[in-house]
Amino acid sequence: MIKKAFTFLMLGGLGAMLLNFILSFRERTALPEVAAHYIEKGPAELGSANIVTSVVVTYRGLDTLGEVTILFAAAAVVGLLIHLNRNENAVRREGSEILKTASALLFPLILMFGAYVFLNGHLSPGGGFQGGAIIASAVVLTVLASPNRKIGHTVLSVIESISGLAYVALGAAGALLVANGFLDNRIIPLGEFGTLFSAGLIPIIYTLIGLKVGSELSSVVISLNGETIEEDDQ
Amino acid sequence: MEILFLIISVFTVITALTALAVKDRVVSVLAGGATGLFASILFIIMAAPDVAMTEAAIGSGLTTFIFFFALRKIRRNDQDHSYKVSEVTNRSREND
Repeated sequence: MIKKAFTFLMLGGLGAMLLNFILSFRERTALPEVAAHYIEKGPAELGSANIVTSVVVTYRGLDTLGEVTILFAAAAVVGLLIHLNRNENAVRREGSEILKTASALLFPLILMFGAYVFLNGHLSPGGGFQGGAIIASAVVLTVLASPNRKIGHTVLSVIESISGLAYVALGAAGALLVANGFLDNRIIPLGEFGTLFSAGLIPIIYTLIGLKVGSELSSVVISLNGETIEEDDQ
Repeated sequence: MEILFLIISVFTVITALTALAVKDRVVSVLAGGATGLFASILFIIMAAPDVAMTEAAIGSGLTTFIFFFALRKIRRNDQDHSYKVSEVTNRSREND
């Protein structure tokens, strides 16, 4: 009873604090200064047709690096906790014939679509995170179809490490070589606006992010799929 | 467009509440995935296709599967424990 009263008291207090924000809310009629700069000057400055991408990869590139780091930490912890008590000998029921055939057929197509999404991140909606997630969903499909197949973590972790290192190195090159700032995309020519090879470093960085996110999410899925030894057996 | 937006918003809230209220874990996870799917449609209506793609791929696709992988591990532990408890009680009955 006291617990419930306390909960309602907390909720009421939170509501009273937020009420102030709701009452003072007014819909914006004009863009804030920074957003207006991104929209008006962005395409000319960075050469990316997708303004969202120019914000995510270059203007707010440091935030993206932070997000990639968080995802890396999460994947590393999942891998560590599950590998500690891993049961290599467990055998699981295979997926049905329909699922196996369909996944064999769809796996390369989904991989290709994921690569398309991150390669065209500066032209069309999508980018490294979305492409990486699509690649990981292809891995989910194969894992569901044949859960006993051993998929090595070595290749995944090599891809993950190389792309992560290259991402930071390219970002540092923007600060050191051209001195425009960390993660500046203009250290190589911008190219023709709206073509695949344009927007300077953006497609390269998005490819690296796509590979990194794809390999991290895939390794999470593969780790979770593996059998673990029960606590009581140890 | 306004009406479509409202309908899908209502669906998003209903599936989110279902995920919280339902006792069955499997239904709860599926309702959570459906919430992500409806939210991604809302993002498309609000002209944010980049966010919609992320929400559909991660929020509604991968998260649901990762929940199911985790559920399988939890459920097997549940069954093992109940089996062991019944085994112990049976043994003690035999001894009596």
